[in-house]
Amino acid sequence: MRAGAAEGAKFLGGGTNLVDLMKDGVERPSALVDINHIGLDKVEASAGGARIGALVKNSDLANHPDIVANYPLLSFALLSGASPQLRNMATTGGNLMQRTRCYYFMDMAFPACNKRAPGSGCGAIDGFNRIHAILGQTDEGAKSAHTCIATNPSDMNVAMVALGAQVEVRGPKGKRTIPVVDFHRLPGKTPEVDTNLRPGELIVGVTLPAARFAKHSWYLKARDRQSYAFALVSVAAGLEMDGDTIKSAGLALGGVAHKPWRSREAEEALAGKPANEESFRRAADAALAGAHGYKDNAFKVELAKQCVVRALTQAAKGVAA
Amino acid sequence: MNRCSEDELPDETSEVSRDEMEMTRREFVVASTVVSASVAMGWSPEAAAEEVRRGDPAAAAKMVPISISINKQQRKLTVDTRTSLLDLLREHLDLTGSKKGCDHGQCGACTVLLDGRRVNSCLTLAVAAQGAEVTTIEGLGTPENLSAAQSAFLEHDGFQCGYCTPGQICSATAVVEEARRGDLSTVSFATGQTTKPPITDDEIRERMSGNICRCGAYPNIVAAVRELTARSANGGAA
Repeated sequence: MRAGAAEGAKFLGGGTNLVDLMKDGVERPSALVDINHIGLDKVEASAGGARIGALVKNSDLANHPDIVANYPLLSFALLSGASPQLRNMATTGGNLMQRTRCYYFMDMAFPACNKRAPGSGCGAIDGFNRIHAILGQTDEGAKSAHTCIATNPSDMNVAMVALGAQVEVRGPKGKRTIPVVDFHRLPGKTPEVDTNLRPGELIVGVTLPAARFAKHSWYLKARDRQSYAFALVSVAAGLEMDGDTIKSAGLALGGVAHKPWRSREAEEALAGKPANEESFRRAADAALAGAHGYKDNAFKVELAKQCVVRALTQAAKGVAA
Repeated sequence: MNRCSEDELPDETSEVSRDEMEMTRREFVVASTVVSASVAMGWSPEAAAEEVRRGDPAAAAKMVPISISINKQQRKLTVDTRTSLLDLLREHLDLTGSKKGCDHGQCGACTVLLDGRRVNSCLTLAVAAQGAEVTTIEGLGTPENLSAAQSAFLEHDGFQCGYCTPGQICSATAVVEEARRGDLSTVSFATGQTTKPPITDDEIRERMSGNICRCGAYPNIVAAVRELTARSANGGAA
């Protein structure tokens, strides 16, 4: 922990994102601390919920019988991300920490990126911004130190937000718990900060509350390629049904914001309503009410609405887990 | 770059709790000793240049002894902490079957089996593979005694130039094992087959999607994997 807390040091999980970014000099940790031999690799399920160790591999989590049975939304989302090889390497904690795939962040040839080089401006806002954010972004112009329209690339995070998961962290000041929905940040005025993890803190696990959506959930991922591609838009939808009426809903979107985007507006619009297309369209409109597109990603607003409707429709039909 | 000085550390590194969702303070300290034992230096061109300028090029590279089993042969090696498993195989051990395509975990040409699971060796640090059992294309079969996957790729002409083939075959070998134990894919969920899903062509395409073939030999690769998974499902050897 002390080594990992040293200035500029980073913990190494699967390395699928960190090692990749180090090869191009985007990440330059002063030291890497390999934590793969310290345990934290179990999934423990009970009636009241589940605890997932930070070092549980994405493939093991997705195929864990208790997760498949009680949280199929999480399995579905995990298996929608990356490739089988990468899922065998990637960890739960590492997935929470993965960086944006914004081209201007990842390519050192672009000088302007407020996330990589704070204060340098944003190359994406007036650049090729097809994969970028439509909700919660900071747009004060390309030259501003605050501007950032990067998106969080994870599929797992979107499902965890819809499920109401919490992140357990340990640090120099002890242990604390952060809801996943509050773990990632919007860019605000500090786009270089992705999460609310404090220096020296280590993610030790994720907890899931008692399963509400085991029977009715769906993960829909719209992308440029059918497999092994990041989301243009993704939707994690969970419905708790009482007959034909929606008792409660969990709804989150990926690929649209700097963080996995939970839509409380959509969840509230669905509660107590019949599970039909009209309810789903209202929820979709509520979820995207504040959306703003750019030159290359304006299509995402309508795409996201369609995805919300389709994911909710599939969720209502039920999953055969 | 080891920021834990020796006198801060207890010496019983073998007592690390393996299931410590609840770590005690003491376990935390013990855990950190293991951590420090595998501290790897990051890439820092400036720092490296500074070390070289000071006339000590060796200091720029932190060399660490590792023990690793490769194709059932136990190796004791000293590696630069920045070495990828792929570079260790190709540049240090002359096992050039595993290929470097993109070197960024996107193409799958470097796929090897690490403790029986397929991984991208280009994104695996050699020091992080300490103690692991690695199987490369060279360890799957021999020219006289090909593995089932190697035979199937030959039989179905599952390649053209051959550059991606070692990674494809390692991946296909893992697909058979994953299917045998009932692992799921996103196709399994999309089709509602979440209990021991049948390995359809759509399943094969999804499960092999981490291996790119620039020649486009995909139909024949699918045919090879179809034969392998069907044979395995019927109780035959993979």
